[in-house]
Amino acid sequence: MTTPFLSVRDLTVAFGTEDGVVHAVDGLSFDVEKGTTLGIVGESGSGKSVTNLAILGLHDPAYTKIGGEITLDGRELTRASPREMERLRGNKVAMIFQDPLTSLSPYHTVGRQIGETFRKHTGASRREARDRAIEMLRRVGIPHAASRVDDHPHQFSGGMRQRVMIAMALVCDPDLLIADEPTTALDVTVQAQILDLLKELQDQSGTAIIMVTHDLGVVARTAHEVLVMYAGRAIERGAVREVLGTPRHPYTWGLLSSMPKLRSPVDVPLVPVRGTPPSLINVPPGCPFHPRCDYTELAGPGLCRGERPELAPHRGHGDACYLTPAQKRTIFTEQIKDKL
Amino acid sequence: MTDDNLLELSGLTKHFPVTGGLIFKRQVAKVHAVDGIDLTVRAGESVGLVGESGCGKSTTGRLAARLLEPTSGAIRYRGRDVAHASRRELKPIRSEIQMIFQDPYSSLNPRQTVGSIIRGPMEINDIRPPGGRDARVRELLEIVGLNPEHYNRFPHEFSGGQRQRIGVARALALEPRLIVADEPVSALDVSIQAQVVNLLQGLQRDLGIAFLFIAHDLAVVRHFSQRVAVMYLGKIVEIADRESLYERPRHPYTHALLSAVPDTDPDGAARERIRLAGDVPSPIDPPSGCRFRTRCWKARDTCATEEPPLRRLEGNAEGHLTACHFPEAPATAGDQEVVLDPALG
Repeated sequence: MTTPFLSVRDLTVAFGTEDGVVHAVDGLSFDVEKGTTLGIVGESGSGKSVTNLAILGLHDPAYTKIGGEITLDGRELTRASPREMERLRGNKVAMIFQDPLTSLSPYHTVGRQIGETFRKHTGASRREARDRAIEMLRRVGIPHAASRVDDHPHQFSGGMRQRVMIAMALVCDPDLLIADEPTTALDVTVQAQILDLLKELQDQSGTAIIMVTHDLGVVARTAHEVLVMYAGRAIERGAVREVLGTPRHPYTWGLLSSMPKLRSPVDVPLVPVRGTPPSLINVPPGCPFHPRCDYTELAGPGLCRGERPELAPHRGHGDACYLTPAQKRTIFTEQIKDKL
Repeated sequence: MTDDNLLELSGLTKHFPVTGGLIFKRQVAKVHAVDGIDLTVRAGESVGLVGESGCGKSTTGRLAARLLEPTSGAIRYRGRDVAHASRRELKPIRSEIQMIFQDPYSSLNPRQTVGSIIRGPMEINDIRPPGGRDARVRELLEIVGLNPEHYNRFPHEFSGGQRQRIGVARALALEPRLIVADEPVSALDVSIQAQVVNLLQGLQRDLGIAFLFIAHDLAVVRHFSQRVAVMYLGKIVEIADRESLYERPRHPYTHALLSAVPDTDPDGAARERIRLAGDVPSPIDPPSGCRFRTRCWKARDTCATEEPPLRRLEGNAEGHLTACHFPEAPATAGDQEVVLDPALG
């Protein structure tokens, strides 16, 4: 078996705070192959962003304890030196953030911001960097790239700014692109443009993409595989078609049935997940979802509160839940499917 | 006009001045935030208002609650024009129209306890409910699904969803007839969103409160509203009953908006989509004629010279009004082949 392009094994990220240790990510494993997109779905505090900052080596080591392994193209990253990580960031791994306005410097022209990364990693001259910036702006579909390269971020609209961010992230042709809620701040029509653009660029260059989002619709449109996170753990994983088509974990059911859809029946109340997400300082023992789950009795008395259910290590569609496969199938087809 | 019309906006316009000049601020231009809209909200009904950012939906909400004074046009609340009413004249109306805001963090005073936040509106309006204000506060906390014993806590002790419930309880304190909810769930996580939507829906059904529900999420609006209006650059381009609007949209913009919503159905990915070119033009200098024409794939010369009126087109159900010269065929959306992809930019 070949080693995957990016492999994360048993990743743990913990922060020490005044109130106690926050277990933001706890035993997370996943792979991403070149040319594919992994969607990571979860609510606030589920550990999606923390995972990505760990891949980029952006956590402050003074407050953060990182365990497990992150291997990118055969290289171990959790023990890499700050200097090594610096060479990697922007070059092999790049990131797009949610809010383009706060992630771009208001004082510098977009051309200079795009070119800076390129000069740092390739040693190109100012002139070359500027040409490269124009080429990148053209690639992300900004009209009149040659004149807009000298504009400042405030002269662009929200959607265009997000394109500038993408140009900046892709300037060194990274092998892995991490997109953290790249379209959450955008309107739907602009969101559709940006998602299409990312797809086109991936088809051209074979970049691996991690798409972090809370929107299952965005995942359905862009991802090949999906990982559902809850309280710092992966609770379901698999091909998009399988996870969204025949979900197996009660939390995934909850996410899907609490979302109104354009074609769902109206006048039927939504089915929210009861309660609130747990504190990451005192994560419930056993399955972290059990206090909000409706099926703990069915799985067997005490089982969900006892040992923590593991996500099956093999590839393909897997979930971390004590219900038997037959129970999950029956519950899904009889109780959940019609509500979606 | 019938007596059921709780709120009636007609020809409503709000322009914000853009000033320039170093010492003497002169008005150099104006932002056409809302530019002549007609909209009614009947008693007990929920009207949804959708559109992209900058289309004027929030300004409309603020005008409806009379937090802003319109540039021109009329705001009739229960038959009385309050467009330019004074503070004193507005006082009795203030308690009947309440607002729920988007951000549950900045819309609650962090230094006040939940109890005094909810009691505030009753004190200002000198309302003494039977049994006392404190009893009423507890009752309200119970209605919105919070523990009544928590009235002494501060907002930071609550999660985002719970804070939004506090905002709802505050809006309910004066027993309003109309609630203007401006993106009430968009800051919340999906599983929490459903809890708050269900809560608001219960209030509409059980207490008969009318809603002007403003949101950019088309699926949430569809779930919550009986009628839906679509806004684009300060104008209503289409308004209809929920079913007509979502199943048989006639305006190209409505059609494009609906087709841009990502579907969670993995098999739906192959569904035909319209990709709109470019961004919304500036509301300082909106396009002549039909405002959508700069992004519309159907636009012809007429669209630039003549503004299409909002009217009932042939084939529209009753109450379904569309402002378009070249509307979409009245077919069921989705059954129709749409092969339109204007080049970007």
